[in-house]
Amino acid sequence: MVCDTCRERDAVVHLTQIVEAVVSQVHLCEQCAAARGIETTVSTAPKSPLGDFLQAVQQQAAQLPGDAARCSYCGTSLRDFRASGRLGCAQCYGAFEQSLRELLRRVHGSTRHEGWRHEASDPDVVAREATLAALRTRLSRAIEGEAFEEAAALRDQIRGLE
Amino acid sequence: MTLDLSLLPDGGLQWLIGSGDHAGIVLSSRIRLARNLAGFAFPTRAREGERLRVLHQVKATAARLPSLRNAAFVRVDECSRLERQVLHERHLVSRELVGLDRNNEAPAAAGVLVTGDAGVMVNEEDHLRVQVFRSGFDVLGALRHAEVLDMELGAALPYAAHAEFGFLTACPTNTGTGLRASVLIHLPGLVLTQEIGKVLQGLQHMGLTYRGLYGEGSDVLGNLFQISNQTTLGRSEEDLADQLVRVVRRVIEREEEARGVLSRDAGYIIEDKLWRAYGTLRHARNLPAEEAMNLLSGLRLAAGMNLVSGLSVYTLNKLLIFSQSAHLSHTAGRMLTDGEANLARARYVRQILANEARLPD
Repeated sequence: MVCDTCRERDAVVHLTQIVEAVVSQVHLCEQCAAARGIETTVSTAPKSPLGDFLQAVQQQAAQLPGDAARCSYCGTSLRDFRASGRLGCAQCYGAFEQSLRELLRRVHGSTRHEGWRHEASDPDVVAREATLAALRTRLSRAIEGEAFEEAAALRDQIRGLE
Repeated sequence: MTLDLSLLPDGGLQWLIGSGDHAGIVLSSRIRLARNLAGFAFPTRAREGERLRVLHQVKATAARLPSLRNAAFVRVDECSRLERQVLHERHLVSRELVGLDRNNEAPAAAGVLVTGDAGVMVNEEDHLRVQVFRSGFDVLGALRHAEVLDMELGAALPYAAHAEFGFLTACPTNTGTGLRASVLIHLPGLVLTQEIGKVLQGLQHMGLTYRGLYGEGSDVLGNLFQISNQTTLGRSEEDLADQLVRVVRRVIEREEEARGVLSRDAGYIIEDKLWRAYGTLRHARNLPAEEAMNLLSGLRLAAGMNLVSGLSVYTLNKLLIFSQSAHLSHTAGRMLTDGEANLARARYVRQILANEARLPD
């Protein structure tokens, strides 16, 4: 859509005007909107630590080639994280560890947990649970794909771990 | 699924009782712990089947734990919209679990376990959100209770954790302890003396933050603020809670000073304001939610300054929760329009004040 004023640039601002009970639509490009005193730039100044954090991820991702890097467990990419501010699974912390360590330091001022720990959430148990979950996913895929030999091998592996 | 609120232990509202330290200023203290189970994607990334497995695992585990054995279990995604809103108005579930941010559709396999003063939300942003509420200013008591719950759950369920980062959460702002310690505090004195801006600004320098009555994204209404810790990693749960307690103690002092200034310098103006609030609440026929919140704040201040006697903190707390739209609709047995709710709210408040307030003329 072309700007209503200059008829050259693309319209990016769409306004609904009501003048004496007549409703009309106005489409403007950024420059013409600015000329009319309509603010179009959204401030990117972070207002919260999360905003700060996401901006930092964004900057870092721009420098790192790994922007498209994905967590092998849940498939979340650094780009997804940037968009939503949420990680997809516990393994994301390993997949993006380098970026996250720096960012956790910025948000919390530290990366070292000083609080409670539980025996059951001991990293070995966690790693085993994660492996088990991954094996179970592969098992159901193998069964769906009728790869029964592979399925049998996976089943034995799962039993061994359990 | 029909939600029978009478089956929830104390309606999940034990904190309304209005006991505990500084209950006239601090309505409630709350601890929330964010936890995830190892081996499953976090709820927003998990498929429905995975979310269901998490829900079943948590429910089966809770049935064996001393602290949660007698908890009521509610499948939030099977409740009606109105029932979910009632749970939310009672602070038992978050906006996210109710689906208020997603066209009122609750996320799949969303559940909550409720005991008298504690609860566990399942499949919110994290697999588990353990919550403990206490009446009045009792952050450390709530923390001790939360620790017991967490120890029991953590011994039975493999939590997702990292040797360095601690407990792993969907949002990195919760990583580490997963702890949010907060108080719901009534600060009309600081608002009226216009000191509140400075106080709120000061909180941020102390590593704390504030929100409205219903947490993240909710407006500050009726001079009610939720003050909580901002960071979760690098300090122990006790340290984080201690810091909140120290700062809130100071905020309470400032609020008391402000009330002192008000009664000394503007006694009759304040008194008149409060009696007008009472008059409106006692006799109005049409009471919009926001107006009710503000007038109730006036009444709470009057009670706190001993300008009126015969009005208990319990009655004030009950009015705050039960005069909200979903509760009024629930009592009426159908979804009320805003206009109908305003009439029902006025009727309800009149009735409670007539029965429970023993005020001088």
